[in-house]
Amino acid sequence: MAANAPFLTTQLKLLIVDDSNVMRRRIERCQQIEHLQVVGLAANGVEAIELFRQTDPDVVTMDITMPEMDGIECVEQLVALNPHVLILIISALADKATAVEAMEKGANGFLNKPFSDRQLNEALAELIGGA
Amino acid sequence: MLEEQDIRAFVYGTTRYFEVAAQQAASVGSPYLVTEGAPDIHDYNGVIAVSGRRNGIVCFSAPRGMLTVLLMKMNESNVSHEYLCDLVGEVANTIAGTVRRDLGKDFAISVPTVVAGAGNTVELPIGDRPVVIPINWRSHVAKLVVCLK
Repeated sequence: MAANAPFLTTQLKLLIVDDSNVMRRRIERCQQIEHLQVVGLAANGVEAIELFRQTDPDVVTMDITMPEMDGIECVEQLVALNPHVLILIISALADKATAVEAMEKGANGFLNKPFSDRQLNEALAELIGGA
Repeated sequence: MLEEQDIRAFVYGTTRYFEVAAQQAASVGSPYLVTEGAPDIHDYNGVIAVSGRRNGIVCFSAPRGMLTVLLMKMNESNVSHEYLCDLVGEVANTIAGTVRRDLGKDFAISVPTVVAGAGNTVELPIGDRPVVIPINWRSHVAKLVVCLK
């Protein structure tokens, strides 16, 4: 995380990926990290890759269980496009094996659903190295 | 057939959802086995197909009033039919996902499908009887229908 410290002096761009509109809006509404600006909302992995190319985000929140392309595969593809992107998995899948698999593909953090506003902001703050 | 430890996992997933997402605990009634036909369901139903080590469905069934209040507790101002359908699917997904903590990765779950509107039915696997877990939250009553082989 220390390698990302220079981010803290600049505006960070956030892409939110979740197949639930309610969840996308909740994450957008609840995140209160200074310097973090939402630049895109995607409903599946395919949309996420398209938006990722258009907006070049620094931070991504990523659901796993989604139609078209799931979050694990999407993480792998996003990291291939930009190895420095910070990815926070936000998923209901609470087993350890899924978390390990996501981290092995390149995710940087894991937050289980359901989550509180405080838990979301703590996870994002930890991801970007403090806020 | 569900075993006691499976039911405990579903009860935990359900109560945790309300405690954390709605910031208000739900109480769970005594689970019961449906011995004849399909259980009665509410207007909004989020259905998760389960495959892998177990096969069947998990369905979170809730009335409009409960889902509307849940959205409001999440500070969501849009309480349209579309958002209620989205939420009921997300609750089902979250409960089923939480259960994987106990049942493991082989408890594979699908993206949710939503059955909405009065008079609808949820298709259950043939040959197995569902267990219903009643959920009481504020003044509302919902249910979790679990039918697994």
